[in-house]
Amino acid sequence: MFLINCPYCGERDQSEFIAGGEAHIERPKQPTELSDDEWAEYLFMRKNIKGIQFERWNHAHGCRKWFNMIRDTSNDEIKLIYKMGEKPPKG
Amino acid sequence: MSQNLRVKSSNFIDETSRISFKFNGKTYYGFKGDTLASALLANDIHLVGRSFKYHRPRGIMTSGSEEPNAIVQVGNDKAITEPNVRATEVEIYNGLEAKSQNCWPSVNFDIGGINNFLSPLLPAGFYYKTFMWPASFWEKYEIAIRHSAGLGRSPTKPDTDIYEHRYIHCDVLVIGAGISGIMAAKTAAKNNLNTLLLDEKNELGGMTIYQNSEKFKIDNKISSEWLNDEIEELKKLDNLEIKTRTSVAAYHGYNYLLARENLTDHLSKDEKENKVRQRLLKIRAKKVIVATGSLERPLVFNNNDRPGIMLSSAVKKYADYYGVICGKNNIFFTNNDTAYESAISLLKKGINVHCIIDIRENSNSSIVKEAQDLGLKIYWSHTIVDTHGYKRLKQISIMELSKDGQSFANSNKIVLDCDCLGMSGGWTPAVHLFTQSGGKLKFREKDQVFIPNKYPSEQVSIGSCNGDFELDEIIKNSSDILKDFLKIEKTGFDNMNVETSKETSKKNIWLLPSDKIVGKTKPFVDYQNDATAKDIKLALREGFRSIEHVKRYTTTGMGTDQGKLGNMHALGIIADTTGVKMGEVGTTTFRPPYTPLTFGTIVGRNVGEYFDIFRRTPMNDWHINNNAEFENVGQWKRAWYYPRGNESMYEAVQRESKATRESAGILDASTLGKIDIQGSDASEFLNRVYTNAWSKLGIGKCRYGLMLNEDGMVYDDGVTTRLGENHYIMTTTTGGAANVLSKLEDYLQTEWPELDVYLTSVTDHFATATIGGPNSKKILNKLIPDLDLSDENFPHMSFKEEKIGKINCRIMRISFTGELSYEINIQASYGKSLWEQCMDAGKEFNITPYGTETMHLLRAEKGFIIVGQDTDGTMTPIDLQMDWVVSKKKYDFIGKRSLYRSDTMREDRKQMVGLLTDDPNTVLEEGAQIISELDQTPVKMLGHVTSSYFSPNLGKSIALAVVKGGKNMMGKKLFIPMEDKTINVTVVDPIFLDKENKKLNA
Repeated sequence: MFLINCPYCGERDQSEFIAGGEAHIERPKQPTELSDDEWAEYLFMRKNIKGIQFERWNHAHGCRKWFNMIRDTSNDEIKLIYKMGEKPPKG
Repeated sequence: MSQNLRVKSSNFIDETSRISFKFNGKTYYGFKGDTLASALLANDIHLVGRSFKYHRPRGIMTSGSEEPNAIVQVGNDKAITEPNVRATEVEIYNGLEAKSQNCWPSVNFDIGGINNFLSPLLPAGFYYKTFMWPASFWEKYEIAIRHSAGLGRSPTKPDTDIYEHRYIHCDVLVIGAGISGIMAAKTAAKNNLNTLLLDEKNELGGMTIYQNSEKFKIDNKISSEWLNDEIEELKKLDNLEIKTRTSVAAYHGYNYLLARENLTDHLSKDEKENKVRQRLLKIRAKKVIVATGSLERPLVFNNNDRPGIMLSSAVKKYADYYGVICGKNNIFFTNNDTAYESAISLLKKGINVHCIIDIRENSNSSIVKEAQDLGLKIYWSHTIVDTHGYKRLKQISIMELSKDGQSFANSNKIVLDCDCLGMSGGWTPAVHLFTQSGGKLKFREKDQVFIPNKYPSEQVSIGSCNGDFELDEIIKNSSDILKDFLKIEKTGFDNMNVETSKETSKKNIWLLPSDKIVGKTKPFVDYQNDATAKDIKLALREGFRSIEHVKRYTTTGMGTDQGKLGNMHALGIIADTTGVKMGEVGTTTFRPPYTPLTFGTIVGRNVGEYFDIFRRTPMNDWHINNNAEFENVGQWKRAWYYPRGNESMYEAVQRESKATRESAGILDASTLGKIDIQGSDASEFLNRVYTNAWSKLGIGKCRYGLMLNEDGMVYDDGVTTRLGENHYIMTTTTGGAANVLSKLEDYLQTEWPELDVYLTSVTDHFATATIGGPNSKKILNKLIPDLDLSDENFPHMSFKEEKIGKINCRIMRISFTGELSYEINIQASYGKSLWEQCMDAGKEFNITPYGTETMHLLRAEKGFIIVGQDTDGTMTPIDLQMDWVVSKKKYDFIGKRSLYRSDTMREDRKQMVGLLTDDPNTVLEEGAQIISELDQTPVKMLGHVTSSYFSPNLGKSIALAVVKGGKNMMGKKLFIPMEDKTINVTVVDPIFLDKENKKLNA
């Protein structure tokens, strides 16, 4: 059970949050111009990494804000939490 | 019964307080402080159970939670009886009733004992191998296998006990109150850290607290006296909470732990009354100190399971702690010094110890010398090759080991009489919690133990669970580790003067040899599951290599004790047999809970009506007073139908439906989700989330919207009303409200943060009464006489803000039934009053309250879908024949692109159609499969019925269904095969009633 440091509320129990899948997948600005394959890539394809993974989380039972998390899926260590719209650090 | 097996008074037993209890129907006595195990032993009862597979007689083997044999059924009440309880953990109280398990008719004469003699026919994997064929026989085998499976009996009535949960946050959690745990707790608390100390036993002090040997001294005091003084001081500390009888069940990531605090299991029935039985502690600790100690290992030799064969430390604890003699003629069998401590302690109490059998060649440690000085006979380099006595140990046979320990030096066999054998195979650190937390182990060759290596969180292991077994090392290393872990200069235990007896030699043989061939021996590794060394070797011969596979095939370590005693031997035997190093074999995964948890503890107070939240509308009391039946919709309790007299549901729904279409009906629609949407980009936002266009919707107008997922599938629907230039109120389905809000928030925050839009859930702010039917206009006119209800002033799909009396309300003229109808929303606290006013006003029109079932029927007549009933997450608006609600002009909306994927454009997708049965009185079953060919094998399934009713307004059965390629099947005959008949149906348009919408404007 993680302890998650919500960027708006501070440290809270994992039970207050929901995970929202891979982060930094931007919705295409012009979906109608994409081929079926390109649209499917956006719609269905998600990474499932053992190791460092970029994720979206939502403080559903709190401030309801979405934010980003970098987590090591092999040991559940949370490396970094940053707000929506902020760019992930390089490297 | 006399208790002639007690020695002089113990500090931990109150001999003035006699307690009576029943075991297998017979009354016995013990003293306050006894466990069921110690009290039984004091009454000379060793035989307490039968093993799982062979039904071999088994006795008490240990003194703690690792007990594999002495598991009993406690209590005979149908509601609160508990199976699989370890007799070593049950504290006796007046009126306690316990019974042996897994035996019939009794533990002394058990029919299942025949399995012991059939054992050559019951090898590892017996069930897998035998019941494979013929495959069709499995169902018959299963009945017999189920009968013999499982231990103990579950309660048959609901649990009457009270359980609860508690959250605890602390700076430091110390698990285990043995010597190192006490040191840790004291150090942490003295350094102003908020500390929690837990121990599964009822007393603090672990094994040291009854260590009365002069050989072990701390600061010139006998170790138990020193520790006792420390505990007294500890109890005075302020920022320390101590919980005994509390077992840590699980250690999760981020130092989140679950522990079970046992509050009343040691009390008599009267004392338990109205008290919480067990509490689940949910602990979040900044730092965790694991001081869980170690478990003594048995030795694996032929017939090592007879009642009377125990762990040497258990024999010692029963004598030193409980004052109970386990046998009148004791022998110890060991590969290390531990058994010598036990033997000396017994000798000093005047209890007969015949000899010690030691597989080592010799030892010159001081404790061994002490035993020799006391005149104890020691058989060096000897091993037990067999034991005798069926229900109680009578004799053992020993032989001298060869140099390599795999065979014998000569063929001489010595037979010795004894009624109790204390064995010691060394110690295994209790690393269960450490590994549960994600910690990795390393193997220490020197004494063949797995010890903590890498800590995954802010935690540390100290004492014997960290591989320190000598008293001086425990104190010095614990102190050093604590300094580093708590970042302090001194612990108060920095320079202790410790006297101890150092072990000088060790020898380890995982499977001791026998003079019989392996196939004829029974060296038990897992006692509870009857897994022997022979079974493990068989598994290896059959090609199993991974420890996880061997475990499952032989069931080693899969009993209620989870292999606490035998796992190391299983690993050792695998390593020896396959020639792989033990460190490389690895261990099986230790999973929570460490000791079994009751379901009661897990659910706590969340039982019965507290299992989940109920949401009730403000009109709920009226529904109850008017005989409503309720149905659960999400968390809501919704009125389902209102039976009158002896009306069945069918009759009530037929009456309610007819009355609504003929005159007027009223529905409590308060549960519909309501989301208030404001902001300068609100219209643009709706354009993006709904399939149709919103920009041109006038203020005061309503519009139906369909919301898709990005994959093009229908997600939710509802009517949204434009209240002002930048203000809308959206309604959602009852069950979908919360998810819709989350989804919309997600898009707003992550995809379109540039939009100026604010969402607020107002579902609970309003109560909603919907009045519908040809007379609804007249009823509303009575409620608000000033309001012009003409179609010009208040047309269909429009909204008015009005007052009923002095109370503001929002009225939408919208319809889910096809009838003229008005949805009146009012501040929730006036909901019941609004409803009653509507009922009064509607009296002359026979206004009929109707519930969700009638609502479903009425909308089905009109062919309106219910998201979640007629859709299942695989239906596009096109599949639903709702193309009219999908804008062709809009550049984009959620899910638009997916509507043009090759898959969503397939002609043969399942599509929404209406079905009429050839016999108008036959009502289809929802979920029934639809086919077009009667004699096809395998028959092609075309789809299924999603909604089905008998329509009283049409006088026939109607149904909605999804059928492959259904759009192009109008008029086609299809079949619905049922168990006893086949129903003929015709595909029709899904709108059955009033296609021209005349009723809306009646």
